[in-house]
Amino acid sequence: MTAKDLPALGIAELQSLLRQREVSPRELLEALRDRIEIVDREVGAYLSLDFEAAAKEAEKANVDLPLGGVPIAIKDIISVAGQPCTCASQILRGYRAPYNATVIGKLRAAGAIPFGKTNLDEFAMGSSTENSGIKLTRNPWELSCVPGGSSGGSAAAVASDTAFGALGTDTGGSIRQPAALTGIVGLKPTYGRVSRFGLVAFASSLDQIGPLTKTVRDAALIMNAIAGHDPQDSTSLDEPVPDYAVALDHDLRGVKLGLPKEYMVEGIDPQVKTAIDAAVKHLNSLGAEIVDVSLPHTEYATAVYYILATAEASANLARFDGVRYGYRTENPKDLLDHYGRTREEGFGPEVKRRIILGTYVLSSGYYDAYYLRAQKVRELIRQDFSKVFEKADALISPTSPVPAFKFGERTADPLQMYLTDIFTCPANLAGICGISVQCGFAEIDEKRLPIGLQLLGKPLDEARILQIAHAFEQSTEWHKACAPIAATLRNA
Amino acid sequence: MARDSDLDVAYVARLARLNLTEAETELFQKQLGDVLKYVEKLRELNVSGAEAAAHGVPIFNVFREDAPRDWFTAEEALSNAPRQTDGLFIVPKVVE
Repeated sequence: MTAKDLPALGIAELQSLLRQREVSPRELLEALRDRIEIVDREVGAYLSLDFEAAAKEAEKANVDLPLGGVPIAIKDIISVAGQPCTCASQILRGYRAPYNATVIGKLRAAGAIPFGKTNLDEFAMGSSTENSGIKLTRNPWELSCVPGGSSGGSAAAVASDTAFGALGTDTGGSIRQPAALTGIVGLKPTYGRVSRFGLVAFASSLDQIGPLTKTVRDAALIMNAIAGHDPQDSTSLDEPVPDYAVALDHDLRGVKLGLPKEYMVEGIDPQVKTAIDAAVKHLNSLGAEIVDVSLPHTEYATAVYYILATAEASANLARFDGVRYGYRTENPKDLLDHYGRTREEGFGPEVKRRIILGTYVLSSGYYDAYYLRAQKVRELIRQDFSKVFEKADALISPTSPVPAFKFGERTADPLQMYLTDIFTCPANLAGICGISVQCGFAEIDEKRLPIGLQLLGKPLDEARILQIAHAFEQSTEWHKACAPIAATLRNA
Repeated sequence: MARDSDLDVAYVARLARLNLTEAETELFQKQLGDVLKYVEKLRELNVSGAEAAAHGVPIFNVFREDAPRDWFTAEEALSNAPRQTDGLFIVPKVVE
């Protein structure tokens, strides 16, 4: 194993090399830095890197800790003390986080080294990372396509071998969808499973932090480090955390998998449908029982999501007022002018659009018609899931109705972009967990683009969906394929 | 539920303390009109039996001890301030 081969490894493989002292955390970090220098010029996954600080952590890393000496990339909406936290917005240009998010403290306690911050749609609002106010991130499988979003930088980094694993956030699919579009694993934990303290809030009733990794086992390893109760997040659940990695190796005999009929609808790309059908057959052949189920309120989920998420965003983003931190406009004539222009100049178009919609649905006279009604439909969606989980241990669906699309293809019509979340946002509304794992390729213009299989689990049942995803992954070859841009270097 | 024509983007932008250009106002009026038309479908449902869910997981009344703890110093709190003097955030004049 030479230094240039190291970036291709997953976390579990690194651990054994580190523990056998075959490679040091410093060597690992240097190999990663070299790889980023070559690859990230084209992919554009990172917004900032601090290898100097990371090198100091690597020098004293304890490789016997669960993630000892493993560098982890962080979506640039999670606070790492002393590092920028731009949220990919001009309004936070120059801002440095004055404290650590709880997940950062937990990762460090497990021995991991945060070394760089990844690109995203501004304030995590988007499904393609095209809404970044700073730069473009490209899909490592096909550079003319989007990496998905909003955690597009984290996904592209993992898929191009410039990160061993990364943290992202998922409000309506923002971990699972980019994972699907880049052929990696992405887990959205149950609402309350992982602390959000130190995460810049987008939609507080929906946001969760989770891992993006090369394998299901790696996702389990990161979950072991970051899950658990945090008194600093009042929505964090005080429930015991199982060892997700130990729980992985279970066969699928007797496991009941529900196939929601509403999730195989018109509008799904035929190649995605074919891949999901094959994945269902394969899971069946591994011993899982497939049961047909129905989630009758699915067609309302996107509407509910865009009312609740924008309403909460409009309230959360009120804090960006140019007073205490962030961008401030020049020479305002009074306070209203200061607010109005600071926000006009600091926010990008999608953020503005959502602030307007969110403010409107909360405004006097419309609150009951929109926000309150949406909260009630949300409860109906949650009940749909409770009912089907009486018959099924987990549910199967595509993660995204389409594979990665071209830049600009969906930006003109916000509604079309919003509908890419159709299979992922119900899990956020219901608070349940979900994972995406690769299950095939679409061939478009002689290029291969990954397809993701989504598994949805009961609240706090991450161990179960990780088991199923692991069994699927280990009995298929998809996870062994790697993006062309990474492959050229793997075999160089 | 209100019809999409009720949305007055220029008025809502003032509520949100967010200046928009004329072109943005016009564009958002059209685009958000389409989104509001799409969410009209929620009117089809009978929600009389459903309680409003603030979020998907039942957690209520989370309390902690009201104990003092170390947190930011004034200096740390001011570390990102666009303008500051004497330990204070400086803003445009609010009261004449």
